[in-house]
Amino acid sequence: MSFFAALGRPEVLDLARQTHYFWALLPEIVLTLGAMLVLIVDVIHKGDRSEPSRGSIPVLTLAVLAATALANTALFGLRDVSANGMVAVDGFRTFTNFVYLVAAALCIAISMGYLERRGIMKGEFHALVLFATLGMMLMGGSRDLIMTFIGLEVMSVPIYVLVGFDRMDPRSSEASLKYFLLGAFSSGFFLYGIALVFGAVGSTNLTYIAETLGTGTDHGHERLLMAGMALTLVGLGFKVAAIPFHMWTPDAYDGAPTPVTALMSTGVKAAAFAAFVRIFAVAFADAGAQWVPVVWWLAAVTMVGANLVALTQGSVKRMLAYSSIAHAGYLLVALLSGGDTGKAAFLFYILAYTVMTAGAFGIVIANSRDGEERVTLEDYAGLGLEKPWLGAAFSIFLLSLAGFPLTAGFLGKLYILRAAVEGGQAQLAVILVLASLVSYFYYLRVIVVMYMRPARSEGWHAGAGLPLAARTAVLAACVVVVAMFFAGAVPMRWAEQSALSLWRQPAPVAASPAPASLFR
Amino acid sequence: MDFLKHLYEGPGILTFLIAFPLLGALAAWLVGDRSARATALVVGIVELLVSVPLFFTFDPTGTCPQSVIGRQNEGLPFAFSQLTVPFQNCTDAPWFADWGIHFRIGLDGISLFMVLLTTLLLPLMVLGSWTYIRDRQRTFYAMLLALTAGVVGVFVALDMFVFYVFWELVLIPMYFLIGVWGGKERVYAAVKFFLYTAAGSLLMLVAILYVYFRVHSVTGMSSFSYFDFMNPLAAFSAREEALLFLAFALAFAVKVPIFPFHTWLPHAHVQAPTAGSVILAGVLLKMGTYGFIRFAVPFFPDAAHAPGAVKWAMVLGVIGIIYAAMVAAVQPNAKKLVAYTSVAHLGFVILGIFAYNLIGLQGALMVMIGHGLSTPMLFFLLGMLYERRHSYEIEDFGGLAASIPVFATMLVFAAMASIGLPGTSGFVSEFLVLLGTFKTHPYVALLASTGVIFAAYYMLPMVQKVAFNALRSPANRDIPDLDRRELAILLPLVVLILWIGIYPKPFLDRMEPAALRLLATQSTRLAPPMQPMGDVAAAAPNP
Repeated sequence: MSFFAALGRPEVLDLARQTHYFWALLPEIVLTLGAMLVLIVDVIHKGDRSEPSRGSIPVLTLAVLAATALANTALFGLRDVSANGMVAVDGFRTFTNFVYLVAAALCIAISMGYLERRGIMKGEFHALVLFATLGMMLMGGSRDLIMTFIGLEVMSVPIYVLVGFDRMDPRSSEASLKYFLLGAFSSGFFLYGIALVFGAVGSTNLTYIAETLGTGTDHGHERLLMAGMALTLVGLGFKVAAIPFHMWTPDAYDGAPTPVTALMSTGVKAAAFAAFVRIFAVAFADAGAQWVPVVWWLAAVTMVGANLVALTQGSVKRMLAYSSIAHAGYLLVALLSGGDTGKAAFLFYILAYTVMTAGAFGIVIANSRDGEERVTLEDYAGLGLEKPWLGAAFSIFLLSLAGFPLTAGFLGKLYILRAAVEGGQAQLAVILVLASLVSYFYYLRVIVVMYMRPARSEGWHAGAGLPLAARTAVLAACVVVVAMFFAGAVPMRWAEQSALSLWRQPAPVAASPAPASLFR
Repeated sequence: MDFLKHLYEGPGILTFLIAFPLLGALAAWLVGDRSARATALVVGIVELLVSVPLFFTFDPTGTCPQSVIGRQNEGLPFAFSQLTVPFQNCTDAPWFADWGIHFRIGLDGISLFMVLLTTLLLPLMVLGSWTYIRDRQRTFYAMLLALTAGVVGVFVALDMFVFYVFWELVLIPMYFLIGVWGGKERVYAAVKFFLYTAAGSLLMLVAILYVYFRVHSVTGMSSFSYFDFMNPLAAFSAREEALLFLAFALAFAVKVPIFPFHTWLPHAHVQAPTAGSVILAGVLLKMGTYGFIRFAVPFFPDAAHAPGAVKWAMVLGVIGIIYAAMVAAVQPNAKKLVAYTSVAHLGFVILGIFAYNLIGLQGALMVMIGHGLSTPMLFFLLGMLYERRHSYEIEDFGGLAASIPVFATMLVFAAMASIGLPGTSGFVSEFLVLLGTFKTHPYVALLASTGVIFAAYYMLPMVQKVAFNALRSPANRDIPDLDRRELAILLPLVVLILWIGIYPKPFLDRMEPAALRLLATQSTRLAPPMQPMGDVAAAAPNP
């Protein structure tokens, strides 16, 4: 990026020098300033009056996200020579940052029109989405457990608020309270886990942990480390919604305003998974003997359980919630597969998953009306016949989620299967395929209802639709889902390069300065 | 003429035959309900006209250079070890080159007839749906055309990834054809069809990936090429090979359908609209038997030739023939009756394939063609009857020979072709299968030959009750006879059935080299001679 180089970006970062943090954190800085700008603009618009925010707020929010994406490109090709910075400077972070930004942009786009209808069109919503995105970027891009925790909290607190954003809706408030209580509890687990890991290894820096475990020297705190890893696993398992830590998911997803559900099931999950990969697949890689069997069972139970429960759901929104749990299982398989292929498969899949899931929630929004959410299966009857575009788009998203050829979901699953077989997890690959088979049934059921049952009444679907911006976003998601199949080689190569950078050991620096980590 | 010659010898023709219906589907959808059927008809006729010269330009011994299709590979079995592969009109365009996925397609004497059968049925199906389909026409014709593209793709794919994609691509339009335009219980039938087939194909996907990774790990090259899948270095253990064969065989057995997996078929057939039944019986079922011939058996010859596997295939084939005939005989619904006859006919194909000799294999291919002509004709006729009387129940009819004689003549002809009367395609093909089976399994052939008698046993009473008997119901009296459009559908089928029945040589000649090659490939890839009692483990190649 000659543009950033002209602005004075160094080619090689050394995070021992504080000024280099400016470049390393450029996207986060842009996003933070943008989020504050959104808040201020909203206040200037409204003053002390209580009225809906103007339509320019979502546009401004999208502009902030675009600016962040541009700033994110500054990270391309950047290297970091310091072994112990708080943030990672690698392709993995660049890639995942784009995923969060896509998730947030789709969330904002499909919220247009929806918020007005529910009477919750407030600028805080958009600012909170931006802050949550900031948290995702910090969490997924950190190279220090403390930083991961801070990112986790910066992400979670806005999400707690967003889930309960519709104060007048008791289900929204209930979902928020449930999510908050369980989320706070899991944060506690995670923090305690960090403390124990620190106690065992002597640092919270992920690179340092990886090196310590990699040397194979007996640090004498085997049990402490195991307890730490177990507690960290619980905390992350909660955020990625893996069974058995998934109890909050259906209720929170169901009660939250649908755009927030879309963000939770895509961006939040992606961030938690990115941290999961960094902590377990990289830092704890050499302690694999301890955690791999546990995560193996998590993955297997998540895939099987979530798909079986999803079969029984009568609400499309809840079905999508269980589907997102099931996809957490698939992503865990990619994580377990290890190696570069596993990481690349993870990246490819999380991108495909984000686009198709957010798109599917966009259709759920299109089908809802003023006060009511039309989410039962019967509400979708005849949708495909009366609204061919909505029906076709939803069918594509559902087929992609099911992993059907001609969609990104198929290629993504194939990628994970390939990684799993290469990584010696053939059994998980078989479980994944069987679980997908089960999932065909419930995804298909929605298509059956949309095309093969008459609508509840004449004109039932007359009001279904999205405003122009949201429609464009959903259509774009649809195109991406199909294009990622036919031109999948491009994102695939990008994912591979990004995954490679995750493994690249930082070049040793002569006369290394004092460690920058807080606890060392 | 040079241009045409170039076209039919070059690679573009097959891609055209796949891409053109897809574009046609888009066009039919865009032009709207009013002119969708005309668009579809034009697309169908062009597709047919473009494909017909393939029959004449086809060179039974034609080949492609290796470099065009797949990689140079010294470890290939003898039939593929030359610098050429026995396919023509080959295309090889990199798609996911890193993974060894290329868009590889090619044509040989086996796929030729399947492709031609598909392109022949396409315009006929459009004509058959001309007045039958009234709702949502543009989506219907778009689905029909997309389905055709997928089927052609399945029959020419020489890359396992591409094959799998086309295989699944067929599923979705067919599912909608049954589920949206079908009869009363269409949803149940559509879902059952989808889940049965999808379950089978996922197993096949696992097997494809397994072979892919094995070849990758022993040779270090990533390739989904059909030819690389037969790399002898892969050296599967007997158990692995049996399981892989089973995975492929299950996917194909569901599609064929072989006896215990056939339960989706009667539902799908009865509920589907006429065009759906026609393409289902005409070509979709053949995808299963084609899969056995092209993939399952050549990939895993040891497992496929194991006495246990052959025994099971023969037993299930014969059960299919006799059981389906008996069930068909008691059906009150004419469409269901015809559906069950498909199970019986496809049982013959299975016998022919697993006889493992040239006559049997050629017979199997001929049954596939003959059944693809006679059964669609029956479904067309029943559809025409349904448009007039809105019923498939046999007892609603009687004496139609008096009121609509042309229809009755056609029905009798189609029934005779289906039974296998000498002079029709059914006779030649089933005779060859029985001959081939007799060489290796005389008792099986004996049992199977009763199937021909059974065919008369279920088909003739149906014809009698529908076309003859007394003309009792007044509703049957005042119905119009076949019009010109309907005759235009039936006559090409009549001509082809008679042609194959009387002079099958042009067909046999074109498929013989391909069939011989497949058999030769299998025998060279077979492990050293098996023990007399067929101990599978002892016959395994030791890696």
